[in-house]
Amino acid sequence: MKARIKITLKNGVLDPQGKAIGHALHQLGFDRLGEVRQGKFIELDIAETDPAKARSAVEEMCERVLANTVIENYDIELDGA
Amino acid sequence: MKSAVIVFPGSNREHDMLYALEQVTGHTPIAVWHQETSLPDVDLIVLPGGFSFGDYLRTGAIAGLSPIMKAVTEKADMGVRVLGVCNGFQILTETGLLPGILLRNAHLKFVCKEVKLEVASNVTDFTKVYDKGQVIRCPVAHHDGNYFADDATLAELEDNNRIAFRYTPDTNPNGSIRNIAGILNERGNVLGMMPHPENLIEPAQGGTDGRGIFASLLEALS
Repeated sequence: MKARIKITLKNGVLDPQGKAIGHALHQLGFDRLGEVRQGKFIELDIAETDPAKARSAVEEMCERVLANTVIENYDIELDGA
Repeated sequence: MKSAVIVFPGSNREHDMLYALEQVTGHTPIAVWHQETSLPDVDLIVLPGGFSFGDYLRTGAIAGLSPIMKAVTEKADMGVRVLGVCNGFQILTETGLLPGILLRNAHLKFVCKEVKLEVASNVTDFTKVYDKGQVIRCPVAHHDGNYFADDATLAELEDNNRIAFRYTPDTNPNGSIRNIAGILNERGNVLGMMPHPENLIEPAQGGTDGRGIFASLLEALS
C-alpha cells in the first residue's frame, strides 16, 4: 500500500522559505498573490493491506521522525483507502 | 575531566572540539563513532558542529536516531554533562533532550561571522566562570540557527534561568526568538548553543572568550 504524507508548518511558525518563494513569484508579476507557505511531501510503500494498520504505522513514523510536531503538522493519505 | 566527542557522518567540527577540550582540560578526549551503542565512563559528552547526514529531512533529525544517541540520553538522564554546539544543538532538540527547534535563518542565508553573546545565566556548570551580563565574542557558522519555541516553553526557560546565552540585539545573526543563542535542560546538565566557543580558546585563534565554557566545566567537574 502506498502512503502519501504532506508535512506543513503550523500556523504562526515563521516560514522564511515560503516568504522567499512568494517574493520570487511577485517579481515574476504574480501580483494577486497572497501568503505562500512551503512544506514537504513524502511518498512511501508499506507492506500492509489493512488500511487501519497502515495508517497507524505511518502515524508512528510521522510522530517519531518524519515530522517535528513542535512546528509541523502532517496529513496522511493512503492509496485505495 | 574526561570527555567524549560523538562523531556522525557529516560532522566537521569534531577536531576543533577535540583540540579545545585537550587544551583546556589537559586530558585527551575520546572520539566515539555514532554507530557505537555504549559510551566510556566520562564526565562530559559533546555533540560537535557539522552537517550530520547532510541535514536531510531536518537538521539533526537523522543523527538523533543514531544508535549512540540512546546511550547519550541515558547518560544525560543520569546527570552526565552534555554539550551540543551548532549541529549538536540541533540534534539535542530533535532527540527531545532540549525543548524547541532551530529553524532556517530568518534571512535564509548561511551565516559565518563573529557575534556578541550576553551571558544570561552564570549559575550553570557551563558558565560559572563568566559574570552574569558579561558580553563575550563568539563565532557562528550555520544555516539553521533560528531558535523557536512556543510561549509556554519560552516562559519556562526565562523563569528558571535556562537561557545561558543571548545574542546582543544588534548581533542576532539568524532571527532567533528573544535573541536566544543557548539553552539548558531542566536539570541544568545539558547545554545546547549555536555559536562555537571551541573556536576561540587561545590567542592564536584571535581571542579566548570561548574558553570560559570549558573552564567552567573543568571547575564544576573537578
